[in-house]
Amino acid sequence: MSVRTLTINNIPVAVEEGKTILEAAKEADIHIPTLCHLDGVSDVGACRLCLVEVENINKLLPACVTQVTEEMVVHTNTPKLQEYRRMAVELIFAEGNHVCAICVANGNCELQDAAIQVGMDHTRFPYRFPERGVDVSHPQFGIDHNRCILCTRCVRVCDEIEGAHVWDVAQRGENCYIASGLSQPWGEVDACTSCGKCVDACPTGAIFRQGTTSAEKERDRAKLEFVVNARSKQEWTR
Amino acid sequence: MTKKIVIDPVTRIEGHAKISIYLNDAGEVDDARFHVVEYRGFEKFCEGRPFTEMAGITARICGICPVSHLLASAKTGDKILAVKIPATAEKLRRLMNLGQITQSHALSFFHLSSPDWLLGWDSDPAQRNLFGLIAADPDLARAGIRLRQFGQTVIELLGAKKIHAAWAVPGGVRSPLSAGGVAWIRERLPESRATVKMALDLFKNLMGSLTTEIEQFGQFPSLFMGLVGKNGLWEHYGGHIRFTDSEGNIVADGLSEDYYQDYLGEAVEKWSYLKFPYYKPLGYPDGIYRVGPLARVNICSSFGTSEANKELQEFRERAGGVATSSFFYHYARLLEILAALERIEQLIDDPDITSQRVRGNAGINQLEGIGVSEAPRGTLFHHYQVDENGLIQKVNLIIATGQNNLAMNKTVAQIAKHYIQGTEITEGMLNRVEAGIRAFDPCLSCSTHAAGQMPLHVQLVGADGSVLNEVYWN
Ligand code: SF4
Ligand code: FES
Repeated sequence: MSVRTLTINNIPVAVEEGKTILEAAKEADIHIPTLCHLDGVSDVGACRLCLVEVENINKLLPACVTQVTEEMVVHTNTPKLQEYRRMAVELIFAEGNHVCAICVANGNCELQDAAIQVGMDHTRFPYRFPERGVDVSHPQFGIDHNRCILCTRCVRVCDEIEGAHVWDVAQRGENCYIASGLSQPWGEVDACTSCGKCVDACPTGAIFRQGTTSAEKERDRAKLEFVVNARSKQEWTR
Repeated sequence: MTKKIVIDPVTRIEGHAKISIYLNDAGEVDDARFHVVEYRGFEKFCEGRPFTEMAGITARICGICPVSHLLASAKTGDKILAVKIPATAEKLRRLMNLGQITQSHALSFFHLSSPDWLLGWDSDPAQRNLFGLIAADPDLARAGIRLRQFGQTVIELLGAKKIHAAWAVPGGVRSPLSAGGVAWIRERLPESRATVKMALDLFKNLMGSLTTEIEQFGQFPSLFMGLVGKNGLWEHYGGHIRFTDSEGNIVADGLSEDYYQDYLGEAVEKWSYLKFPYYKPLGYPDGIYRVGPLARVNICSSFGTSEANKELQEFRERAGGVATSSFFYHYARLLEILAALERIEQLIDDPDITSQRVRGNAGINQLEGIGVSEAPRGTLFHHYQVDENGLIQKVNLIIATGQNNLAMNKTVAQIAKHYIQGTEITEGMLNRVEAGIRAFDPCLSCSTHAAGQMPLHVQLVGADGSVLNEVYWN
């Protein structure tokens, strides 16, 4: 196993070959904001919050899907990055219909946390107010597409951990949405095992337990970690 | 030539409205109208949302009385779940409503209205507010502020585990009351009661000098509507609907909110976004009725608590039976605070109040539900229709201020006729017209679901539409 050495924010770091910049930064205790990344499942680079600058490369790179190379010089918190990150969060807010006041995840939402982290006090982009629906046909859970940021965590959790692959991404561009089954009402998708992992994975209030009201959403992230560890390391107790 | 005086917007009420006063050729007041000129359309944007969110959404209609919407919405949700909520949950919801009545009435009485009669109708408008009151009578102002804070803290002790969380939910409430909360309430009750007593004495002493206001501020016969409990006791959360007339006769009793459409009609006028509800059997506009503190005090047989009952007796003696002047809304508010405090005391003495069993769970068992509660300003109805999955298909909200719409118009016309002669507009006259509206403590944010507060704008407009005279106060 070969090792790669690099610097992140002028701190020298050595990690195994094949690791991502995000993993390397974590080892060096350097925090990079993320939204679509979820420990235990693969990365897709959907949210662009983890963008970093690498010297001699002319574009910004998402840390979660960029592998380290020898002698790489990475910067994670330059003024340019701060500006771009803030813009990325503003765009997410402008794109959907995020009404925190009545959301189940209010106060317990990774999108809110991201907004605070990047210092967003308002959005400079006009809100799109798209027309999106709510699907509460499942007996226990619901999905409110208004609050979905298309991070695809639910898709990956359901596919990679539960193995049911209920969720996928339908359409493209501004019409893009998270579909259940063959774009059926969730309650009609036989593949769904009602495990609730997507509720735990969703960073916002888009997927929720029915009957929960504003600010009531709780997530059991430890459950996802447990399942992953159980599979990969044969750790069967929690 | 007919002339029109416009007061726009009306100050020291919750929301934004404008008053037009129409003069005839002789320069006498012909008619007056209270317009609500903003529109927010909450009912429309609730459509498609899960019904469990309604408590949270409608609580946002208003920053002044979110609790009222919370309770009406939760009660409507109970009906959709078709559950009877745990006994303690009902007691806690009642406790919160009593806290709400206390804080809202204290705000209306001390902060918004008392400057008029304590500092004088014609006193400097820059000083005729809470700050002027603090300068003139710091003890009274401080006591009033602390009374409101008491009510607000009762609400916070129950619901503010998370900011603005929808604490009352379909099936019950989200969290119980702690023993510490009970202790805090118990400790602050005597002071709060003393403040109401002080305010009552003050108001009763002033009444001798307010005879003109009592006669002119909306003194007319009308029906009164509100909830009453068992044996006609004063009620704010449960019970059934009662209508009485200005002689005190019971016109209708034992009505259920479920059939409100049978006895309440809603008329629409071009010049206001506020609908005009009326009592259907009498038609529009003869079916004019008033809701809120005055109505509740008029329709009930008694308060059911000793101090408030004593005051009720005196109230009825002073009013000569049924209080038909809208000016008595202020007096009625004080009675209700006293009754609320006495009931709060009863509730916290109940050992059951700290029980942990406060929420029932159920699915969608009914596709339609109608809930009612008494907001500080009057009876509030929520009516939802949902689909099989509980998504809202249709919402109708009947709000207290809307139900007083006809009465507010009548009040404004009466005051204008008495106080305004010729084309000269004095600030003191206009303030009285506004005060007529303020007696109802209208919440226009709720009733049109609109918001805003701005300086005063007065216009004198000729029949040809030209502005003859214009005054601004900033
Ligand atoms: S539903 Fe939640 S987890 Fe799935 S893509 Fe949308 S925001 Fe991400
Ligand atoms: S965390 Fe890397 S792109 Fe979302």
